[in-house]
Amino acid sequence: MRLAFILSEIGIGLRRNLAMTVSVVLVTFVSLTFVGAGALMQQQVRTMQGDWYDRVQVSIFLCTQDSYSASCAGAATDEDKAAIEGALTSPPLSEYVSEVEFETREEAFAQFQEQFAGEQLSASVTPEQLPESFRVGLQDPEEFAVISDSFTGQTGVEQVVDQREVLEPFFDVLNGLTAASLALAGIMLVAAVLLIGTTIRLAAFNRRRETGIMRLVGASSAFLQLPFLLEGVIAVALGAVLATGALLLAVHYGVTGWAAQQVPAFDYITTADVWATAPWLLLGGVVMASVASLVSLSRYLKV
Amino acid sequence: MIRFDHVTKTYDPTARPALDAVDLEVARGEFVFLVGASGSGKSTFLRLVLKEEAASSGVVHVAGKELGRLSSWKVPHLRRQIGVVFQDFRLLPGKTVHQNVAFALQVVGRSRAAINATVPEVLELVGLDGKGGRLPHELSGGEQQRVAIARAVAGGPAILLADEPTGNLDPTTSLGITRLLETINGRGTTVVMATHDDDIVDSMRKRVVELVDGRVVRDERQGGYVTGTMPVVPPPVPDAGDDEEHRDDEGDEGRSATA
Repeated sequence: MRLAFILSEIGIGLRRNLAMTVSVVLVTFVSLTFVGAGALMQQQVRTMQGDWYDRVQVSIFLCTQDSYSASCAGAATDEDKAAIEGALTSPPLSEYVSEVEFETREEAFAQFQEQFAGEQLSASVTPEQLPESFRVGLQDPEEFAVISDSFTGQTGVEQVVDQREVLEPFFDVLNGLTAASLALAGIMLVAAVLLIGTTIRLAAFNRRRETGIMRLVGASSAFLQLPFLLEGVIAVALGAVLATGALLLAVHYGVTGWAAQQVPAFDYITTADVWATAPWLLLGGVVMASVASLVSLSRYLKV
Repeated sequence: MIRFDHVTKTYDPTARPALDAVDLEVARGEFVFLVGASGSGKSTFLRLVLKEEAASSGVVHVAGKELGRLSSWKVPHLRRQIGVVFQDFRLLPGKTVHQNVAFALQVVGRSRAAINATVPEVLELVGLDGKGGRLPHELSGGEQQRVAIARAVAGGPAILLADEPTGNLDPTTSLGITRLLETINGRGTTVVMATHDDDIVDSMRKRVVELVDGRVVRDERQGGYVTGTMPVVPPPVPDAGDDEEHRDDEGDEGRSATA
């Protein structure tokens, strides 16, 4: 009985206040979309880091036939390789190293072909042109200098590359975009909170006749405030649903359908990540709406 | 049922208090007229009973509870024991008579079955049986006030407060409304009616409490409205015909008209 009554009151409120309700839905839609986009970009950074960045942090490229580096006198010999591997797997360096993998020319070639499949470059490269390498995982990725100092200039080593530097610019862009979208989201959230407060206030004012009578006949404050509170929550939940839809479309067409086709070497977030983010958007939005409504109601709708 | 011990209510510290050290007791089942000019403190008295305002000093007891000690979340329970009727009826224009009365019961969580049983009962009590489907604007002023009374008593309150309930009604209708309040009083509900309708007060011969400038200046068992303590000014009756004679001492016409 009371539930049906509250629901009918909410329906009346939402219809009477339709324009304001729609604006709350739209503002929360936009702000939660930015929040979600920020979260997903961070997710993307973590996905890449988890997949590649953490596994292979340092590559020690060995000399090839065509190397010009001072430490190279033709291709690296088996003795060179044994010396490097020995250094990596015995103290003191082994303390810093979590794993060592040797990549042969053929493996490098296969990966190269995969990475640049369909492009002209892949047809003109032969296995002989690609260097063999030791791929080294570090206990602490920040300790790159230890490996670099040990092997740069050693016979048979052409170059020591910190793989993080390859991805770093990309992460910087993503981090920058995250910060920008969170800043935008912050501004939009402030607007959303104020708008919800105003909307609730207006709704309470529109229905002051009803609420006046409800107070007089002894409605509890929870009962008095619940319809207004739920109105705000429903509007925000709708906004969160729309935001989730927008993010799903963006990831499906923008990431899975486009970026992943263009640069297939990376791992990308998928719509599954959006689904994982959605409940948090909804929850955050509902909490925000509840707090804004309660603050507003406590000022304008006292028992 | 209602007891004021030395109650003072001050809205503006620089002005005189709205109620000034009022001592008053209304027993269970009593019918009391609260009379006095506008601004004499009648409405403040009613607001204090409802705990819409808190007393600045003194102690207010209503229905066995000391309101100063009543926490705010218990106020709704207090108000469920008090029905209120106003001069301007305060009906919800979009709801029918039945829905208006049912609204008060829905709000306090009565079951649908209980509501459907209670509403026709109280509508019959106030003389509106068969009009449950009407909208407020289809009713006369007197009928609208009867709906408001039905709503106020539907929950079975111990106390009924009426704040100028006849202020917008013509004398004949006013007397009918007051008779209805008397009927409700006869069923055991304590009634406090604030009014400056002298005809009504004079004809009913009930207890009269007169306030002047926030003080109780008279408390008479079977009083009339007019005493020497204040000049009697005809009350504004916007809806009533102006040719009516308001100072008609006994109000016999009204009584016979509504019988």
